[in-house]
Amino acid sequence: MSTPLRLKELSKKADLLTGGHRLCAGCGAPIAIRQVLLAAEVPLVASNATGCLEVSTTIYPYTAWKIPWIHTAFENAAATISGAEAMYKSLKKQGKIDRKIKFIAFGGDGGTYDIGFQSLSGAMERGHDIVYICYDNGAYMNTGIQRSSATPLGANTTTCPAGSVIHGKPQPRKNLTKIMAAHNIPYSAQASPAHWRDLMTKVRKALEVDGPAFINILAPCNRGWRTPTHNAIELCRLAADTCFWPLYEYENGRLTINYKPKEKKPVTEFLKTQGRFKHLFSPDSQDLLKQAQENVDREWDNLLREAACWADEAEQTG
Amino acid sequence: MGKKLAITGNQAVAEAMKQINPDVCAAYPITPSTEIMQRFASFVSDGVVDTELVTVESEHSAMSACIGASAAGGRVMTATSSQGLALMWEMLHIASGMRLPIAMALVNRALSAPLNIHGDHSDGMGSRDCGWIQLYSENAQEAYDNIFQAVRIAEHEDIRLPAMVCMDGFIISHSIESMEFLPDDVVKDFIGEFKPTNPLLDVDKPVTYGPLVLPDYYIEFKKAQHEAIKRAKRVTLEVAKEFEKISGRSYGLFESYRLEDAEIAIVVLNSAAGTAKDVVDAFRDKGIKVGLLKPRLFRPFPYEEVADALGGAKVIGVFDRADSFGGFGPMYMEIASAMVASGSSPLMINRIYGLGGRDFMPEDAEAVIKELVEIADTGKAGTLKEYIGVRE
Repeated sequence: MSTPLRLKELSKKADLLTGGHRLCAGCGAPIAIRQVLLAAEVPLVASNATGCLEVSTTIYPYTAWKIPWIHTAFENAAATISGAEAMYKSLKKQGKIDRKIKFIAFGGDGGTYDIGFQSLSGAMERGHDIVYICYDNGAYMNTGIQRSSATPLGANTTTCPAGSVIHGKPQPRKNLTKIMAAHNIPYSAQASPAHWRDLMTKVRKALEVDGPAFINILAPCNRGWRTPTHNAIELCRLAADTCFWPLYEYENGRLTINYKPKEKKPVTEFLKTQGRFKHLFSPDSQDLLKQAQENVDREWDNLLREAACWADEAEQTG
Repeated sequence: MGKKLAITGNQAVAEAMKQINPDVCAAYPITPSTEIMQRFASFVSDGVVDTELVTVESEHSAMSACIGASAAGGRVMTATSSQGLALMWEMLHIASGMRLPIAMALVNRALSAPLNIHGDHSDGMGSRDCGWIQLYSENAQEAYDNIFQAVRIAEHEDIRLPAMVCMDGFIISHSIESMEFLPDDVVKDFIGEFKPTNPLLDVDKPVTYGPLVLPDYYIEFKKAQHEAIKRAKRVTLEVAKEFEKISGRSYGLFESYRLEDAEIAIVVLNSAAGTAKDVVDAFRDKGIKVGLLKPRLFRPFPYEEVADALGGAKVIGVFDRADSFGGFGPMYMEIASAMVASGSSPLMINRIYGLGGRDFMPEDAEAVIKELVEIADTGKAGTLKEYIGVRE
């Protein structure tokens, strides 16, 4: 019997990522990862790409992890965990281990969208029984806020600074969640710690499937987003309410949108809360702002259309 | 006694891996080592081995998966060559830094550019600082024998380091020669059960692999690694002694060939040593005191023992099938270090040969030995480092 997804019961569960780690005050990553770990009801073995989460939780001789954990390098959290999973499978087949263990990998957007993309794609295609969690804060925050392919259009980073000629990042984000879904894996989803019950339900689904699963979780970074340290969850909620970060899942290829805002807010409501977009509100950046809204609208409309198709089909097949 | 068969070097290594029956292999195809994993894949498909074969999308992922699998707690093997090893480079250091006893067959091949798929030692020599134990093999028999011994050395409780077994691409990997196999049960007994230390799969005792270690502790980790690989010299000899009991074949840290009273010595690695030994014999027939040293354990390098073996030589010619551009060849640097540390000062020349699979002919060895004879007579060494067998 799984622990019910209610705060009262969940609060009794042991924290598998303990306090005392050295992530910044107000960082979204540990909130997201603790929710992930709290959702799990089976023993986990984790791998972690190089990044904030890794360096801040394992400064020798300390570790914040109460599960077996391995970090090898930046670009290979998926390949590393696939090796551990293969060993488990081998030993299980040989009768040398009998308990149920699940395998999980953590990576930031740099380690997942960019340098770890090939390793992730390979592991997904090979069908390992693993869950890959990307905590997406939209830049290489650990090295000091450099742009990644997850950095939103127009954002000011140290490698796409808002200058007088170029106004922040000229390109829109890569849609990694959809690319993962295109691997035809049993489960891929997008989540956010503001909608914790949705996130934890997704983690449970991901751990339950036999095969690879991917969850992309929004994780605000106050250093890189240029925001105060108290409002990470509020920012996540705004990201969902503006459809900048829609919450959805693909279960065996079938799309469900898990959260539809009653009233879709303009993306500027999300952008204006963050210093990284401040320059977009000057008169000479209006085009970028317009483009940002168009991108959000197009992606959200596509999701709605696709979800409607699935709903129609369900109706027809009764 | 095992059966005798005519077989290629790659097939011999694949056969050894079958007999070892590792828990996990992760590999990616690359010439000339492809055939090893290809043959091994058919053992997996036919259920002859218990191995989980992870057919990764790159060599970087191959070594990453090997590391994940080894840390999980089981026996792990792989094979690669050249660019594949180069792509693994980052992970080679991580495998040794984490003290994971992964065994790898390295089928030596030249590095690009220009692209070349044939045998030289640029790949193996380029990875000599990665913290792996390195054993070199002259022929298929040695490669086969070294694989078993590499597993034992790597997994020894005093060592716990990864080990690679090197053999020459094409010259050995693809040539058929006669060799002797050990019976399966004899191999099984020799290899023994894998003993995991701090496995990730022990979920009741969670461990953290690969933390961030700052200046307050990093150097202690490296010192421990230094001490561990130093011990590999002793363990290599212990394992060789045990191996001799099951095979009748004797291995040391290196092979000395007619070195005892040699005034002129040559140092030759891998397959070219076979050719050079014939030439040494021809000179001996003429009454010239020439001998040959063929290194086997290159990392850790047995400096004292090599210096002892070469101690009587007045002149030494070191053959390198790899170059450290702007420096001497890698083997020359080791031999020079050994001689200097021992206090002897023979005249030493370095000859770079066979890059990109250029044939090493008896005449090549002959020319160098003639030159060494002249140096011995005149006491003058001339050009210390030179390429041989090059089109003019």
